[in-house]
Amino acid sequence: MNEPKKKSTWRHFVDWVNGEEAIEVPKKISFKKIDFNKIKENFEKYIWSGRKKAIFYLVMCAFVCTVFIAILLHTVSALPYFGGGNNPASNEVVQRYIESGVEETGATNIVAGMILDYRAFDTFGESNVLFLAVICVVMLLKKDKYNTTQQEIREEKEDEMFDKEDDNTILKRIANLLAPMLFLFGIYVVLNGHISPGGGFSGGAIIGAGLVLYASVNGQQNMQRFFKYKTFVLINVTCLLTYCILKGYSFFTGANHLPNIIPKGIPGALFSGGLILPLNICVGMIVACTIYGFYALFTKGEI
Amino acid sequence: MTNLMTNHYEAAAVILFGIGFMNLLLSRNLIKKFIGLNIMDTAVYLFLAAKGYIAGRAAPIVLEGTTASVEKFINPVPSGLVLTGIVVSVSVTAFSLALVQRLYKHYGSLDLDEIMEKAKKEGH
Repeated sequence: MNEPKKKSTWRHFVDWVNGEEAIEVPKKISFKKIDFNKIKENFEKYIWSGRKKAIFYLVMCAFVCTVFIAILLHTVSALPYFGGGNNPASNEVVQRYIESGVEETGATNIVAGMILDYRAFDTFGESNVLFLAVICVVMLLKKDKYNTTQQEIREEKEDEMFDKEDDNTILKRIANLLAPMLFLFGIYVVLNGHISPGGGFSGGAIIGAGLVLYASVNGQQNMQRFFKYKTFVLINVTCLLTYCILKGYSFFTGANHLPNIIPKGIPGALFSGGLILPLNICVGMIVACTIYGFYALFTKGEI
Repeated sequence: MTNLMTNHYEAAAVILFGIGFMNLLLSRNLIKKFIGLNIMDTAVYLFLAAKGYIAGRAAPIVLEGTTASVEKFINPVPSGLVLTGIVVSVSVTAFSLALVQRLYKHYGSLDLDEIMEKAKKEGH
């Protein structure tokens, strides 16, 4: 019998249906012949060139952003009216904060009472975030003998020489007059945080601005006479620990309607508000150190 | 649409957010990217401040000799939240700019595409 060497596909199929033949599965499908890299290269070269890609990306970005804005605008149009007194946001929580805030926290500035008494752990977390950020920047940018090249050291020396040569008398005089006033104003804002607008964060930022002004006019060397890296770490860590201990103490004695031995004082006086004043001072010092630390690390790479 | 006109602060905040987002996506310069991120942060502050405002009421500071009632003051909760937002945004900005400075020192460029290309070459 003269069997055909090659059966047709149909014949194969019929045999397979009849159970006379098993389908030969190719053991390994090899993709080696198809060079995907080549296809991709050609695709990028002829069809999807850099310019077209850029334009496509731009158009898609604009489209996505427009759709995003449109969705958000639609949401805004469904929000409660701006400035309305009966909005769902001003609920019983707000009523409690405002009506019994002065009595319960001793601070006449209700926002300060809120963030440093009712929600003090939140503020503790914020201070920790700041501390972590400055520690990360120290890790990334602080210069030591391992990550400085000869050229950088030479440039720094040149900078110092230029700093010494030019005497901006007016600038230096004015800045030296202004810096102490900035410190004083910052200290005022920190100390009066619980009875007037302000508080640890804004006052600390003002003190930090004063430090930055002083350092930028008088140079880092003069700054290091009273503000070294050790001072920086010491202040930050001490303030965070103080905050932690004070607030932990008040949490166990003042919260949950347990009696708190720290007197609230007369609302409106400087020494009032229980723990709010020391906490404000801690936060202010952390913020001032952090802001100056950012400046020093970004400009010179050392504190 | 009339609602959008009354909520114009929120609408402006949302548009500002979109602008910041677009800046974040489109600019190649890393520092400009982070400027876009900061614009988005600012939009969020504006939105929160607008949500906390109540027409005709004062900032929540109880003056001497007055009694505190809800009818007098605006909502203090968004103010506290904005404070949190500012702190976190400052921290994130400082951290990312430090990373950018390290990248610039290593690759000598702020262009993201260039940095990626150089990093790929170094990898092989």
